[in-house]
Amino acid sequence: MINKKQIGEGQLTEEQEIYRENILDHYKHPRNVGAIKNCLHQHRELNPLCGDELELFLEVENNKIVKVFFSGAGCAISQAAMSMLTEKIKGMGVEEAMKLQSEDIVDMLGIPIGVVRMKCALLCLKTLHGSLKGGSHDAYA
Amino acid sequence: MNKIATLSDYERAGKEFPELRRLIHGHRLIYLDNASTTQKPQSVIDAMTTYYEHSNANIHRGVYQLSEEATTAYEGVRQKVADFIHANSSEIIFTKGTTESLNLLAYSLGKSLQKGDEVVLTHMEHHSSLVPWQQIAHEKGALVRFIPLRDDGRLDMTVAKRLITANTKFVIVTHVSNVLGTINPIKALSVLAHAVGAKIIIDGAQAVAHFQVDMKELDCDFYAFSAHKMYGPTGVGVLYGKKELLETLPPFLYGGSMIREVTLDKTTWNDVPWKFEAGTPNIAGVIGLGAAVEYLQNKEWSMIQHQEQELTAYALEQLRALKPVKIYGPLTTEERGGVISFTLQGVHSHDIATLFDQRGIAVRGGHHCAMPLMKLLKTAGTTRLSFGIYNTKEDVDAVVDAIRYVIEVFHQ
Repeated sequence: MINKKQIGEGQLTEEQEIYRENILDHYKHPRNVGAIKNCLHQHRELNPLCGDELELFLEVENNKIVKVFFSGAGCAISQAAMSMLTEKIKGMGVEEAMKLQSEDIVDMLGIPIGVVRMKCALLCLKTLHGSLKGGSHDAYA
Repeated sequence: MNKIATLSDYERAGKEFPELRRLIHGHRLIYLDNASTTQKPQSVIDAMTTYYEHSNANIHRGVYQLSEEATTAYEGVRQKVADFIHANSSEIIFTKGTTESLNLLAYSLGKSLQKGDEVVLTHMEHHSSLVPWQQIAHEKGALVRFIPLRDDGRLDMTVAKRLITANTKFVIVTHVSNVLGTINPIKALSVLAHAVGAKIIIDGAQAVAHFQVDMKELDCDFYAFSAHKMYGPTGVGVLYGKKELLETLPPFLYGGSMIREVTLDKTTWNDVPWKFEAGTPNIAGVIGLGAAVEYLQNKEWSMIQHQEQELTAYALEQLRALKPVKIYGPLTTEERGGVISFTLQGVHSHDIATLFDQRGIAVRGGHHCAMPLMKLLKTAGTTRLSFGIYNTKEDVDAVVDAIRYVIEVFHQ
């Protein structure tokens, strides 16, 4: 059986409508857009389904994320999720950030995400974990 | 003459297509992704169920009644498909879809390619016709050339004439573009290919459900299509090939059924078309395809074509009136099928599709398995409407309302 919530069936609740407004706001006005020169924690990911693209730059001091910037292009969910995640991880310990999981991203977005769009939603997490591993990476270079 | 289809026609269609009776997010389903796959009429579903409930047995092997029934039904569909496209039944091969049909040709025909030979495709090909030939050409050291598009989304036939030369061995062209809706001039391309001794292969996936396709008239050498885009089941396709060519073509898959005699060190092949049908085929699927062919044969081609053309004209007119919408492909309905691609400045195609879905509208967003075409059109992806036999004016109106809503949400 397909889980109804999983395929995004049913009307959005009032609370979910507010979340959607938030997602649109982050998409139209993304936070922490930019780059860090000579970055030690830089990572780029692509989502071939949509052509979504994200590149994340982190500065880590004493095992804490102290600076976060990103750039990207693509659908509202992928871009808004990255923007929201940059706000969430600023000041976060590296270990805690490594422990973030899919469920945390879905909770952060607050709307039902269909199985197909899940890749868009989770691209930010893949980019974050890639950059935390250190060094300068381009998964598709 | 027919008028444009309206809601009452949709309700009538809903009696034939059970899925059209479904509600999506509380709205009636407005299904506009027919280029991807069509809905299935009850007659197709029933034909497959009846086979599984009453006549299930393997074909060509058993000498008992059930196997004979299954064999008769299966081979009967081969004749139906042959009549449907004006061919001979020995020229009809069942595959699992257009993709397998096209791969079969690239593997079998491609064996004869030599260094310096040329293969001509178009810039609007689906990955399933482009990738197999690109790969086999790389392997053989052959060159791949692409017929370019004009600004109106049609093939540049002047360049095509220059590209198809004595070096050309194969020409591979889609009959109808799955992105732009363009209907390509197959007869003219067959003449060009045959004049230089090349063989021409047509990807007919987007054509067969929408107008009469006639092998005698097109004079192409090979033609591929899928059941599921013509109201039939998934997992079944057809490869048509001229008999004399199929006879000399080496088999693609080896196994049961496709052999005549096997010894420990050599094998001879079965007659065509069975030489190309190794293993137990999708019998229920083929029977479903037969019901789909019957479904279409019970309609008038002129009615189907007229109805889809009226809808396309209406949709093009309505979409063109919306300022932020950019339409790709021909803007007139002449030599054009019911596939319309568009973009909306600043909104990703998947976001459009998700918001449409909230209103029960199913459309496709993305690159439509045609990345080189997307690159040419300078977009990451488009939103695509594609019409089927059950679509109506109200469906187009719902799309226009939904686009206005997307613009409001994203551009406010």
